[in-house]
Amino acid sequence: MDFFLSLLVKGLTLGCIYALVALGFVLIYKATSVINFAVGEMMMLAGFLVTGFAGATGLGLPLGAAIGLTMLIMVLFGFALERGVLRPMIGRPVVGMIMATLGLGIFLRGFAPVLWGTDKKPLDLMLPSQPLRLDTILVTPVDLTGVGLTLFLLVCFAYFFQRTRTGIAVRAVADDQQAAMAMGIRVSSVFALAWALAGITAVAGGVIWGSKLSVDQFLALMGLKVFPVVILGGLDSVAGAVIGGLVVGVTENLFGGYFDKYVGGGLKDFVPYVLMLAVLMIRPYGLFGREVIERV
Amino acid sequence: MINRECGVFRTTYQADMALYAVPLARISVAAFFLLFTLVVPFVVDTKHLLWLNFVGISLVAAIGLNLLTGFTGQISIGHAAFMATGGYTAAIMTTRADVPFWVGLIAGGVFAAVYGLIVGLPSLRVKGFYLAIATLAAQFITEWVINHVKWIGGGFQASIIIPPISLGPVRFDTEIEKYYLILAVAVLAIAVGLNIARSRLGRAFVAIRDRDVAAEIIGVDVFRYKLMAFMISSFYAGVAGALYVYYVGTANIESFQIARSIELLAMVIIGGLGSILGSIFGTFFVVLLPFVLEDVLEYFRGLLPVTDIHTFVSQLKLMVFGGLIILFLMLEPEGLNRLWRNVKDYFRVWPFSY
Repeated sequence: MDFFLSLLVKGLTLGCIYALVALGFVLIYKATSVINFAVGEMMMLAGFLVTGFAGATGLGLPLGAAIGLTMLIMVLFGFALERGVLRPMIGRPVVGMIMATLGLGIFLRGFAPVLWGTDKKPLDLMLPSQPLRLDTILVTPVDLTGVGLTLFLLVCFAYFFQRTRTGIAVRAVADDQQAAMAMGIRVSSVFALAWALAGITAVAGGVIWGSKLSVDQFLALMGLKVFPVVILGGLDSVAGAVIGGLVVGVTENLFGGYFDKYVGGGLKDFVPYVLMLAVLMIRPYGLFGREVIERV
Repeated sequence: MINRECGVFRTTYQADMALYAVPLARISVAAFFLLFTLVVPFVVDTKHLLWLNFVGISLVAAIGLNLLTGFTGQISIGHAAFMATGGYTAAIMTTRADVPFWVGLIAGGVFAAVYGLIVGLPSLRVKGFYLAIATLAAQFITEWVINHVKWIGGGFQASIIIPPISLGPVRFDTEIEKYYLILAVAVLAIAVGLNIARSRLGRAFVAIRDRDVAAEIIGVDVFRYKLMAFMISSFYAGVAGALYVYYVGTANIESFQIARSIELLAMVIIGGLGSILGSIFGTFFVVLLPFVLEDVLEYFRGLLPVTDIHTFVSQLKLMVFGGLIILFLMLEPEGLNRLWRNVKDYFRVWPFSY
């Protein structure tokens, strides 16, 4: 029972961090209907930037300043990306959009190590290294920060989308671009805003994953976990991203904990994709997504 | 004989579907064939022959992917998984059942085709992004299975060593012998690809790509042709995988990871979606680029601040591929093939271009 509980808690914290990355993806899809295959690479870029500004290997800025600067750069990066790459692609077939973001991901995966080198860089959040003990269950402070950050961002996004004028404008654009335009909403600035917000979530994800795994180009691979999460939760649902993240985190931890010894390990990288394929066959729009998927 | 027509003057469907659009095409194809069979192997040294062999192997897979993504419009981010299926089928059959080379090659293709059929099944229900994700899942699941099922992959990160290629009493040991073998397979792949593209099958594929509902209305059985596209495409990939494994002499999952899938996509996009000639351009470009980059950088070694040229090139390669994919998608979605056509069109009516 203890084993089960500790797996469950581990899965939930991990799931929260998956959800953090997935939020960035969902945000982009919701507002601009672009499928961002470069979430992981954007996260990696943010991680590299933070370690580049702070830390012993970087410029030695204080952590807060480093994260602030990184956020600024990622927001600008989001703007540039939207303007330079994705706007010219509007109206093209979806396959082209997918491949453009894939291409961006490949570019960043080559670019980051050229600039910052291939060795692992630790990202120290200056949190206590002692895990917190809840009866028999251990939770590391980094994981806890990740959970806190996810919940914080979730509340922020919920407030933003439900209560603020701009947030409602984003939802209007997501619903119908032409109608939104007719109502006087500037669609292009909504798109830019969405990419800027995605840049900020990329920083959050990059910092948490970077401090868990330390920063190198393989950080980008964590972005691939986003797909099972968003397929499960629904591509355009913020709540779905969180619940999908939790489900994926818990499932892979339980499977890994109980069955890894029979198959020689690695189930964690396998189970989410099987789960995803099953969801794709049964309910392609996910648990909370809008059922507008076009049947072939 | 050597003049070109100055526009499109086809009046029959037969002329439109002809393999050689103009008499000159027949001559240039024959000339290229002679060049690659009689001239290239005797002029090019072993090192560059090795490059060409890699081009030939990748070409088979790239044509396959182009039939799926370029002609039928079904994106696959998991094509390396089909190559892996073919490669491991060939490796297992050769080492355990001692089957001859050509049986392994065909069996690799057939197994990959069956696997492709299974992976393609979601395409009947979902498309676009969802299908891309399904093929991505297939990629990871295949990698995992090969790594973790001892019977297939021989253990975690293991390699299967295969004896050198032989066809009956003839053994293919040297680079030049392997070159002819790969050339034969590649030429066959091109010929079949061209004929698929111009015939009923290819036209059905294009109809599905352009608008699936309209295709269904004019009588194209969308389900059947989509699955066929997946099967043919993964057959190509399987043959390429088997050929690769035979050529290198080992089967290792390292060579069939997602990076390979993306490289194949890069070949198809940079070369030009929906064109066999484009695939040839794209494959030459994508396969040769890292080799050439490495040689060029090696030459300027003293001027560079990097110590490990090989890793530097692998990173630079990613940057160039990613950048080019974006650039081509934005500026010239029809790829290198379109650029070539532009050049041709310019000279077609030169010097009176109006």
